[in-house]
Parts: sequence; C-alpha cells; structure tokens
Amino acid sequence: MTTTDHSSADAYAAERDTTEGRVYTVTGGDWDELVASVDPVSEERLIVNLGPQHPSTHGVLRLVCELEGETVRSVRPIVGYLHTGIEKNMEYRTWVQGTTFVTRADYLAPIFNETAYCLAVEKLLDVKVPRRADVIRVIMMELNRISSHLVALATTGMELGALSMMIYGFRDREKILDIFEAVCGLRMNMAYVRPGGVAQDLPANGVQMIRDFVEYMPKGLDDYEGLLTGNAIWQERTQGVGYLDVSGCLALGVTGPVLRSAGLAWDLRKTMPYCGYEEYDFEVPTHNGADAWARYLVRLEEIRESLKIISQGLDKLEPGPVMVEDKKIAWPAQLALGADGSGNSLNHIRHIMSQSMEALIHHFKLVTEGFRVPAGQVYTAIEAPRGELGIHAVSDGGTRPFRVHMREPSFVNLQSIPALAEGGLLADVIAGGASLDPVMGGCDR
Amino acid sequence: MSDETTGTGRADSVQPVGIERKGLFGAKGTGDTSGFGGLVQAAPTAGEIVSTPAPLGGYFDEIVDALRELLGEEAVRAVVVDRGELTIYIAPDRTAEVCKAMRDDEGLRFELCDSVSGVDYPDQRNRLHVVYHLTSMTYRRRVRLETAVGLDHPVVQSVAEVYPTADWQEREAYDMFGVVFEGHPHLTRILMPDDWEGHPQRKDYPLGGISVEYKDGAHIPPPDERRAYK
Repeated sequence: MTTTDHSSADAYAAERDTTEGRVYTVTGGDWDELVASVDPVSEERLIVNLGPQHPSTHGVLRLVCELEGETVRSVRPIVGYLHTGIEKNMEYRTWVQGTTFVTRADYLAPIFNETAYCLAVEKLLDVKVPRRADVIRVIMMELNRISSHLVALATTGMELGALSMMIYGFRDREKILDIFEAVCGLRMNMAYVRPGGVAQDLPANGVQMIRDFVEYMPKGLDDYEGLLTGNAIWQERTQGVGYLDVSGCLALGVTGPVLRSAGLAWDLRKTMPYCGYEEYDFEVPTHNGADAWARYLVRLEEIRESLKIISQGLDKLEPGPVMVEDKKIAWPAQLALGADGSGNSLNHIRHIMSQSMEALIHHFKLVTEGFRVPAGQVYTAIEAPRGELGIHAVSDGGTRPFRVHMREPSFVNLQSIPALAEGGLLADVIAGGASLDPVMGGCDR
Repeated sequence: MSDETTGTGRADSVQPVGIERKGLFGAKGTGDTSGFGGLVQAAPTAGEIVSTPAPLGGYFDEIVDALRELLGEEAVRAVVVDRGELTIYIAPDRTAEVCKAMRDDEGLRFELCDSVSGVDYPDQRNRLHVVYHLTSMTYRRRVRLETAVGLDHPVVQSVAEVYPTADWQEREAYDMFGVVFEGHPHLTRILMPDDWEGHPQRKDYPLGGISVEYKDGAHIPPPDERRAYK
C-alpha cells in the first residue's frame, strides 16, 4: 500500500486515493474553495421554513433551516408566536391571582410553575408552609413530572414515526390528569398551589388513586421500553443525534434531563433542595451519551425515580393543615369539590355570612385587595421537567407583584438547537429538537 | 414621556403600578375627612440603594472580597443582603468584566448564568435595572448581579461573550425594557414582532385590553382601568 509508505508519499499532496475513498488534505483556510471544486451540490442552498405551524416542532416554533442537500448548514429558531404577556399581566393582579397566570406558562408542567412562584412569594413574605402542604406539593410535582415526561416520550415518538408510543404516552398521562381532576377539579392550569400552601386538601379517595397509579405505572414503563429501547429504528434515529456535551450545556445554560444526559448529575432537588426534597430517597439518573438516546433513557429513569418519591410522599402524609395559619394571607383551604371544579368552603361561608361581620370584611379585603408583601426581591429555582425553572419576583410592598420574571427552561434550552442540529441531517433537527422537549407556552410566556 | 430627567414619565391614563401614592383611602376632593387625604407615601423602591454593612455572613463576604480584589474597589458599587440572598450592584459598562471574573476565578466559579431579567423602577433616576442570577455548581452558591441605567443612555455591556446563554435573555430584556446591550451579536426583538413599537414591560407602557360589554349595556373595563385599592 502506498498510503503506509510515508517516506515516499507526499504528505502535503492535495488529494490521494485510499481504500476508504478519495482523501483531500487542506492545510490552509481554503476549505470553501476546495469543497466547491469537489462537491457539485454545495452551491445549491435551500432555505426551508419549518413551522411555526408544523406538527413536528413541538408547538408554534419556527425553524429557519439552510439546507445543502439533506444537510443542515444553519438553523435559526424563531420564537415568540405564543407570547401572551403573562409577566406584564401579573403586575395588574394580586399576588394570589398570580398563580392563575404562571400556571398557564408551561402548560405541561403547571404545578411546577405554581410552586416556583409560590416559593418566591413565601420567601418574600417570610412564611413557612405547613408540612402537609409541602408533602402534597412534592407528590403533585412528581405526578406532574411523570405526565410531562410522558408527553415528551409521546411527542418524540410521534415526531420520529413511532405513533403507538404517542397513543400509549397520552393514555397513561390521562391517568395522572384524572388524579389532578380529583384533587383540584381541573386537568391543567389548576392554580392549585397557592402562596402559603395549597388550595385544598387531597380528596378522600385521593391517596388511593395515587397508590393505584404508582402500582400501575411501572408496567406502562416496561411497555415503552419493550416498544422502543430495543427497537433498531428508534436507536438509529436517536443514537448520536443532537449531541451536546457538558461544557456546551453549561455555556448555553441548558439544564434538566439534557444536562444529565451529558453526564452531570445536576438536579436542584439534590443540589439545592426545596419543599423538603432532602428527606426523600431517590437517585439522579445520568448518562454519558449526550444525545437524544441518552435523553430518552434519562427521562424513562426519572419517571421511575418520581414513582419512588411519590410512594415516600404518601407515607409521609400526616393529618394537618394545608395552608398557613395566618388569616391575613391564607384563603379558605377546606373546599368542597363541585362537579365543575373546586367549589366553596361551606363552613367558611357559614362563618362569614351568618356569624361574623368582621370575618366577612376580612375575607372581602383579602380577596379583592389581597395581602401586602414586604418590598424586596428574591430568586427561587426548582427542578422542572425541562430544567431549572426560576422565578425572579420583585415587590414594592404593595398588594400586586411589581415584577415577576420566569426563567423558563424551554426558552433557555431552545437556544441550543443550532448547536445540536447544524451539520446534521434535516430529519435529525426534529429528533434533536424533540429531545430538548421544549414547550412553547413556557418559552414565550 | 412627561419628564425625561426624573424618569417618571407616565401617561396619566395608566393605572399606577409601584409609584408614589397620594392619600390613604383614595378619596379625592372633600370626601376624606380623616386627614390622611394629603398623605404622600413614596414607593419603597424609589430610594437610593443602601449597602448592607460588613460582615455579610456565610460565603457572601468571600465573594465580595474576591471580586474587589480582582477588579478593584470601584467594581462593586453596593452590596445588599436580603432574605438570605446576595445582590452585588455593578456598573453597566463593566458587566462583562465582572461576569468573566465571576466565571473564571477559582474561588468563585460561577459557571452557569441562570437568568437575565429587566426591572423598571420608574421613580429612580436610573430606572432600568438588569438583573443577572449566577450559580456556582462547584460551590453550590448563588449570587445576583444588578446594574441600572437611565432612559437617556440605556446601554449595558453584553455578557453574551462570557455566558452564551445570555444571548436570548438579553434580547428579551431589550425587547421588553429597551435596554441596549453593547456588544451583543444580534440584538433584535425576540418575543414581540420585529416591527413592534415601544417596550411593553416598562411601567409607563399600558397593559392594553378592551372593555367587555354585557347585556343591558354593562361594561367591565380592562384590568388596568379598573378601580383598585391604593
């Protein structure tokens, strides 16, 4: 072979034939010149607009792709199509009403939005929620994490052509939404977590429903693994696709399952615990692949860990209040559940309407005017299904938020799409984007 | 803009949010006989920022001392510890320098820039604030950097070079507050349409909305025009 004979071969020859095919050597910055002389397609650049209305872009996301054949030369994500001015609107409502706004941001993880916001308000107020409320929050968050991850698996499956996965994912998510409906009357946008605790206690059959679900879910997970993990097409579509290593993640601020798929066990539930997460025994799953495949595996394992946390939470549930004692903050929290959602607290109504005029006045002031929050600013962050969800809340001492900023993981993570997708194939843009699991409601707020 | 210099320009039709309050019960004219009608309450966010005296406690002293040592005394304008959180006020033209030190120094190691957000304090001379939240994964610490600029020259140095993740978040702050980030690779609107006028999250930008008409002519005005408590 002439290729092994270095003494006679010219190492700086522009090109040479090998068993692998023709090899070109470039020593200077003349890449473009060389590629142009070799590859006849390179002149043809095609600009393709993917979205904003496209079934494979996870909502109203627009991707402007510059293509060279099937290869993506550049991607520019364009967001903002779902901007609803949540942050601005909150400045015109009371602190309690704020929960009904934040819950609509990331609509697949409403409990997380509410909890992050309420933790911020509670930190500003310097109040501590009752233990039962903390445990209920954890249970609800972990249920919500599972439902969000199920949608991530379902939609990724759909976008890569595994339509059965979509059916199964949404089927099992429905069971969680049934629990949510039983607990707070609504399937999503519940405004269940409130400053000072939660809106109401678990219903009589709530614990049993959750236990049934915890028992059921592992079988579902086994089904997904049977369906996808050993599936050659699924492996081909995800392995080595959408690669982003730890330093890339940190530079781009990417957190959550994507960061953990790159090998860094950074999970705020462990590293900076809140809501009593330090009392729960669970693992932080990581992988080293840093690709869409590793993210799929991390999400599956996180569902199993969440189930562990839920079981422990149910064991920790002890009778007690679910809202702070301070009547200047607490809305009535023992609500009757109506057919159309959470109803009234009948005892409370009896009290304010027929027993105490002062109680009526207090109730009226609390609901219409709201409570005052001491001036200052705080930042609270929790581990949402997509990564760090931060709330920067500023109070001017009034009854309304002066400013609330949501550090949304979808918004921050979407920046990494060019890093994931450029240089790959067009089909891998979809796989890479889906592996970030962005939710545009959260991204655009 | 009624008064550029005090930075309190605000259309009178817009409901006040976080500004000076007059009167205690909202009565205008002769209605209020309590004597509280003439009371003027300044918003708590209007005044100058007062530093927390040292020692700050915990790791806070370490961070502030390290920053002073690296970049000089004047790099840190004020230091506030409130509710267990550290806020360092820095100059708008030194944000990149400070962030670079925060990221690279061995004792600091703030690898992750969590969030960049704007806040508008209409009663302050430098009313547009930009707030950075940094996290050190090595030491599991958080810190807040804050800088402020006035409307006459709303220019803050971009930190997108140091923390690429700040790219979109600075675009959002520009979009919503009109803070211009010098050195940003492509400072364009991100959430609002490209041809939008104004910066929606400034306090003098109206919320907007239309009133809802009910049967028999009843109107519910949009949220920013409804009656409200003082």
